[in-house]
Amino acid sequence: MTDPQEKDSLKSLGDRLNKARLSRGEERNKIGPQTSVRRGLSFAMRLGVELVSALAIGVGIGYILDQWLDTTPLFLLIFFVLGGAAGVFNVYRMVSGFTQTIGYQDVTRDKD
Amino acid sequence: MAEGGHSPLAQFQIKELIPLNVGETNIGFTNSAAFMVATVVLIAIFLVLGMRKAAVIPGRWQSLAEISFEFVAGLLKETVGSEGRKYFPFVFSLFMFILFGNMLGMVPYSFTFTSHIIVTFAMAIVVFIGVTILGFVRHGWHFFSFFVPPGVSIVLWPLMIPIEIISYLSRPVSLGVRLFANLTAGHTMLKVFAGFVVSLGIVGGILPFAFVIALTGLELLIAFLQAYVFTILTCFYINDAIHLH
Repeated sequence: MTDPQEKDSLKSLGDRLNKARLSRGEERNKIGPQTSVRRGLSFAMRLGVELVSALAIGVGIGYILDQWLDTTPLFLLIFFVLGGAAGVFNVYRMVSGFTQTIGYQDVTRDKD
Repeated sequence: MAEGGHSPLAQFQIKELIPLNVGETNIGFTNSAAFMVATVVLIAIFLVLGMRKAAVIPGRWQSLAEISFEFVAGLLKETVGSEGRKYFPFVFSLFMFILFGNMLGMVPYSFTFTSHIIVTFAMAIVVFIGVTILGFVRHGWHFFSFFVPPGVSIVLWPLMIPIEIISYLSRPVSLGVRLFANLTAGHTMLKVFAGFVVSLGIVGGILPFAFVIALTGLELLIAFLQAYVFTILTCFYINDAIHLH
């Protein structure tokens, strides 16, 4: 079992496997033209909805708070503006490469 | 409104195939449910029979099954990294369900269940709640640091935190509405232009007919693209919940 020769061959096999995996990984990480088209299209699809849905949520929260606290139209107005701001932020973050709807991570950075 | 199925919106009508009531609640088997069952059966057939031989050199069918598998696996690895592997079954099921549902809806006379907002929103809310729970499990109360944008002075926090929370809450809405709106608009447009073909006759109908053909191609693209967008956003959200910032 612990024959030194066998250990050596196992080690070299491991090295070769690692090398193969690395080069394969590099190949996979390249973004082909097809992927970029798909990315661009999905990007375009998201922009409009992203802008409006945050506004809708803002208005919804404001309306519910008003109904609950009987303060019409105070919270509706506040959250209308906040929702609009959130929508613009969503779009801004997408366009400037942070992509996710929240947080400020750059998607181009390395993961793993 | 929809008389005899001539309205362009008649295609979205829910019909009860097997009426069934439990107390006051209607849980009848509808055409929507029937198409969901058909979708799941189709996916099962596609994957199980495609991989039946599991040959080293795959045939066409097996290649398709493998491509769909690798596509989602690659997506997950690209966005979440190797930690995302755990969530592959969920993301893959979601992708296949939406993709096959959309594609099945492109078959004439079929029903598109993804064109109902309750279906898409239900899927979106499952993703949203699941990701939120995942964030809590992984980070505990630290999860709330998610809503504090880094590099913003403390003076602006009372303004930024509500904005971030609204941003976060808008996720399921935009996720659900996008899929629903695209599918509904596309299928309605197809029906409207197909209606022009009939009403304009043989000579005048050529133009709208060509348009319908082009639209069908576009709809096939959108059917795939929407499944892709839904999936990649799910991946982004999982990534957010795992890594925070």
